[in-house]
Amino acid sequence: MKIAIASGKGGTGKTLVSTNLFYSLMQQNYEVTLVDCDAEEPNALAFFPGFRIKSSQVTQKVPVIDKDLCNYCGKCHEYCNYNAIFFLRTRKTIHVMEELCHGCGACSVACDQGAISEKDDVLGTINTYSISKNSSIIEARMKVGVYSPVSVIKAAIKTSGNSPLVILDSPPGTSCPFIQTVVQSDYVILVTEPTPFGLSDLKQSVETLKTLKKAYGVIINKAGLGNKDVYEYLQENNIPLLMEIPFDKKIATCYSIGEIYASNKEKWQEELTEMIKTIISNNGNSNN
Amino acid sequence: MEIAIISGKGGTGKSSISAAFATLKDKVVVADCDVDAANLYILFNPSLEETEIFVSGQKAIIDKSKCTNCGYCIDFCRFEAISYVDNNVQISESLCDGCKLCSRICPSEAIIIANEDKSRMYSGGYRNGRMVYGRLAPGEENSGKLVNLVRRKAKKEAENNQLKTIIIDGPPGIGCAVISTITGVDHVVIVTEPTLSGLHDLKRTMEITSKFHLKTWIIINKYDLNLKLSEEINLYCYKSGVEVLAELPFDPQIVEAMVQCKSIIEWKPESPVSKKIEYAYNYIIHGNN
Repeated sequence: MKIAIASGKGGTGKTLVSTNLFYSLMQQNYEVTLVDCDAEEPNALAFFPGFRIKSSQVTQKVPVIDKDLCNYCGKCHEYCNYNAIFFLRTRKTIHVMEELCHGCGACSVACDQGAISEKDDVLGTINTYSISKNSSIIEARMKVGVYSPVSVIKAAIKTSGNSPLVILDSPPGTSCPFIQTVVQSDYVILVTEPTPFGLSDLKQSVETLKTLKKAYGVIINKAGLGNKDVYEYLQENNIPLLMEIPFDKKIATCYSIGEIYASNKEKWQEELTEMIKTIISNNGNSNN
Repeated sequence: MEIAIISGKGGTGKSSISAAFATLKDKVVVADCDVDAANLYILFNPSLEETEIFVSGQKAIIDKSKCTNCGYCIDFCRFEAISYVDNNVQISESLCDGCKLCSRICPSEAIIIANEDKSRMYSGGYRNGRMVYGRLAPGEENSGKLVNLVRRKAKKEAENNQLKTIIIDGPPGIGCAVISTITGVDHVVIVTEPTLSGLHDLKRTMEITSKFHLKTWIIINKYDLNLKLSEEINLYCYKSGVEVLAELPFDPQIVEAMVQCKSIIEWKPESPVSKKIEYAYNYIIHGNN
């Protein structure tokens, strides 16, 4: 089963929940994999000492135009839906703008002169770290300067294969990186905070999950701050409140230095494990 | 002059600081470029004067009446978006990248390309100037393009209303939306926090700003959460030749201000946080004289 930890707003505590959940399940001897899907800013690894057991690069095919074979017909330029091929017919100028290319291969199909070949362009790295006997962390890390983390995220989730229990630490927002993460999960835990910004972003995440037909529940972090509007929203819309994490400077300080808060709080470990058990029993334990 | 406020890590207080910058003495244009999770409109409740449709991309849809289920398109799709489901060819909306290739090669012309047009850009006035913001519909992409559109509109608003300063509230991360937000601005303010993740993300964000040769400033928010890490951030910035503009203490009044739909400048103008933010803004605008 794959469980995604997500939030519309950044900084609500996704990684706090993911890492503590991972730790707690590890303590209970679960075979568990944590995939850090926040490829733009991966952070989960800062919390766990481990050693790298596997590393692979994520690449994308980008076209290379052989100017000797090219007859400057412009068909590839016309086929490219990302404006990644710059073309001036009259001046016989054709140029691939690699940073705009999505690697779809349409230009290769378009070219009937055999002038387009492809090369690999590195988008990021997938590293697998062994954390304990039966648990590991897979980190998706996008190369700085690359436009979209989507391919790297997809590859990282694929690397988790058929592990029985996978936690996906999702990137923030509700656009493609978020979608690519949650679409591959069986259940989504949305982490929010009881503030107007938190609520506004929560609503947008909920709308997205509804269209994707995903089962989900909410954790309210920093409970005690802000106001009660988030609680009312959950009640009105029959959205399960899975857990509340109180606003506590101790938790924040612990997080700031890369320590796992749950490590000294057995009650917290139990609460997190119980939550997962309930989610698994209510949503089926499938590997799909 | 464009001042972009970004953070790398989410939730460091970017929007609260943008809101504060936007409610000081100077009347300004606010551009909310966090199009994935636009929030400033909640505080500023701008008058809605203009709405523009943003076509974020395209999606392939199968015309069932024409499709012969030959599966030819499946071999061409590099996004693994097309597959057989119960012997019928199906396109996954969330996996489709909108490259259009399937529609071009389909022997039965059974694939239609539809525009994704649910995203919007809004503009209007708010209590301290003009405001432009984009809202990307859930699941839609090309946030970078929408950011460009918002910035262009903000510049026009500045021109038309003789406002000198544009405050840009940026998105988190370091991807295309961030690059679009900071390309060509006069100042970038990175808001960070003294956590290991904060520092890690700050380094990645600074890689981007130095790559683009942008005038960069740092604000450390909640610096008293971890003094040792704050010191480390200071040291890192010093070594990189980037100036730390302000260190803001943790203050629950920032959240309280948000609940009251106000900026911290409007809610507690005399608080140390407000004073420091005001100083930082003046320093950016007027330099150290």
